[in-house]
Amino acid sequence: MPANIPLPGALSRPIWVTAALQPSGLEISLKGFPMVTVEQLTKRYGSATAVDAIDFEVSKGEIVGFLGPNGAGKSTTMRMLSGFLPPTSGRAEVAGCDVFSESLRAREHIGYLPENVPLYPDMRVQEFLRYRAALKGVPGRRMNERVGDVLELCGLVDVGKKIIGRLSKGYRQRVGLADAMVHEPDLLILDEPTIGLDPNQIRLVRDLIRNLKRHHTILLSTHILSEVEMLCSRVIIINKGKIEAMDTPQNLRSRLGAAGHILFEAKVPDPRLAAAELRKLDGILGAGTRVDGEWTIFTIRPAADADPREAIYELAVSRQWPVRELSRSAVSLEQVFAEVTHAEEL
Amino acid sequence: MRRFFTLFGRELGSAFHQPLAYVVLFFFLVVTGFNFHAGVSLLNRDAGTTTMVEAFFNTVYFWFPFILVFPLITMRVFAEESKLGTIETLMTAPVRDGQVVFAKYFGALFFYLILWAPSLLYFVTFQSVTSMNAAGAVGSYVGAYAMLVLIGMLYTALGCLASALTDNQIVAAVIAFAAVLFLFFLGLLSLFMPGAGPALRDLTYYFSPVEHMMDFSRGIFDTRPVVFYVSSTLLVLFATFHVFQYRRWKA
Repeated sequence: MPANIPLPGALSRPIWVTAALQPSGLEISLKGFPMVTVEQLTKRYGSATAVDAIDFEVSKGEIVGFLGPNGAGKSTTMRMLSGFLPPTSGRAEVAGCDVFSESLRAREHIGYLPENVPLYPDMRVQEFLRYRAALKGVPGRRMNERVGDVLELCGLVDVGKKIIGRLSKGYRQRVGLADAMVHEPDLLILDEPTIGLDPNQIRLVRDLIRNLKRHHTILLSTHILSEVEMLCSRVIIINKGKIEAMDTPQNLRSRLGAAGHILFEAKVPDPRLAAAELRKLDGILGAGTRVDGEWTIFTIRPAADADPREAIYELAVSRQWPVRELSRSAVSLEQVFAEVTHAEEL
Repeated sequence: MRRFFTLFGRELGSAFHQPLAYVVLFFFLVVTGFNFHAGVSLLNRDAGTTTMVEAFFNTVYFWFPFILVFPLITMRVFAEESKLGTIETLMTAPVRDGQVVFAKYFGALFFYLILWAPSLLYFVTFQSVTSMNAAGAVGSYVGAYAMLVLIGMLYTALGCLASALTDNQIVAAVIAFAAVLFLFFLGLLSLFMPGAGPALRDLTYYFSPVEHMMDFSRGIFDTRPVVFYVSSTLLVLFATFHVFQYRRWKA
């Protein structure tokens, strides 16, 4: 190509130079690659609708938490994604393969851990993992390496030769996790991975999941909110088969941040008069009182986007009320969850 | 194909991981051993034209354990998997439904063949001890064991279908037992109704395992039973495949 033909600026550079000049753009385009795409996915059992036309996307490298009360449709959605149940209507794609029409190819990308962790009680741990690895197409020459890796990763090396039926619940859970990731799937679907475990075991499983996020995209369901806050980069709140909210845990919390109340504890001569004075301040919608010995505890509801703590402090100083606490409580995901799933009851 | 053999190996392995396989093997050997003993004493009393192979494969002692063993072999194949919930992990692995059904079927069939393998030793023992021929000709062996495989194919398929229908192994065993028993006695209908004439006998010959075995253990080869067993096995397996798929999709 003669050098003097003018070319549009971007094209005149080789592609790799363009890419190198826009590192952030490149990163985003790789990270944004959708691992899971769900469109209008619906599952009906007779007249009951378990999952009602949900849409969502999970990008590569994300940990997405599926949150909802029991019977919200979490497990049904996960079963459809893993190719176990066919959807009534709508479609879902995993790593670019339709989970229904290209089910086998989609399943190769998925490691699925069902809620009750079904295992063969008559097999030994290692034997079971080798069987599952072979079934999922791990080639013979990589078998020892893969099984050894997941045994180590899940802390199962000591029980590799034990019969699964004799293992404790915590170990079984880890065998299930090891099974889910033995074929190095791109996507891990974990249905309530910490249910029925004691606090120590829960911590171990959570640490495990946190370590996995470097190599896998993870979709996990739970009804434990703190788990979502600890693990997930994004939360999908689902209730009665519908998606109620979908955001990062931080955004969800700040979206309802205004609902957080202010706690103010002071020694006041007359709690009722003091409460009336507080209500007169700008940005305060209401104040409740509770007496604790000589102290009065005020629970103050601020207006949206208002932070009247400074005004409260100045009022206390001018009235010479001794203060022992003035704080604003952060909204927990518990409140967010209650808000979106039982809005009518609040 | 590799996945099929992985599944097949698992099926066979799981049978021997459980005490049931050994209990069945043990009692099966006891009963067939007794059957062999009965055959020998029959020949001692009345040495007609009957050969040892005929005497072995055509007695009540042969048919009784023969029928009883199918529900025991097949009751767990699908029912256990759905009961444990492992059907969910199994069917979310990249395996075809057909691979699973065939692997389970052949696993059960193979176990059934293992049960019968020791019986060959009886005839070897018979020949070395009595220095007589256990069968009139090699065709007798081939016929008897071919019929054993053919009938086994159909009855195992029936058992697998029963197991695919339910989560409960006991229910699966009862359904399988009823189906096998029904088919077996349907073939004996002409014995119970001697007045019905030769037309009924001609009809029941098509599905009477007793008559088929009588012919085949004499070395008489007939294509009709072969076609019947192979085609009905395929039909039942086809039904099993669809029941298996239907129950999963309905779940």
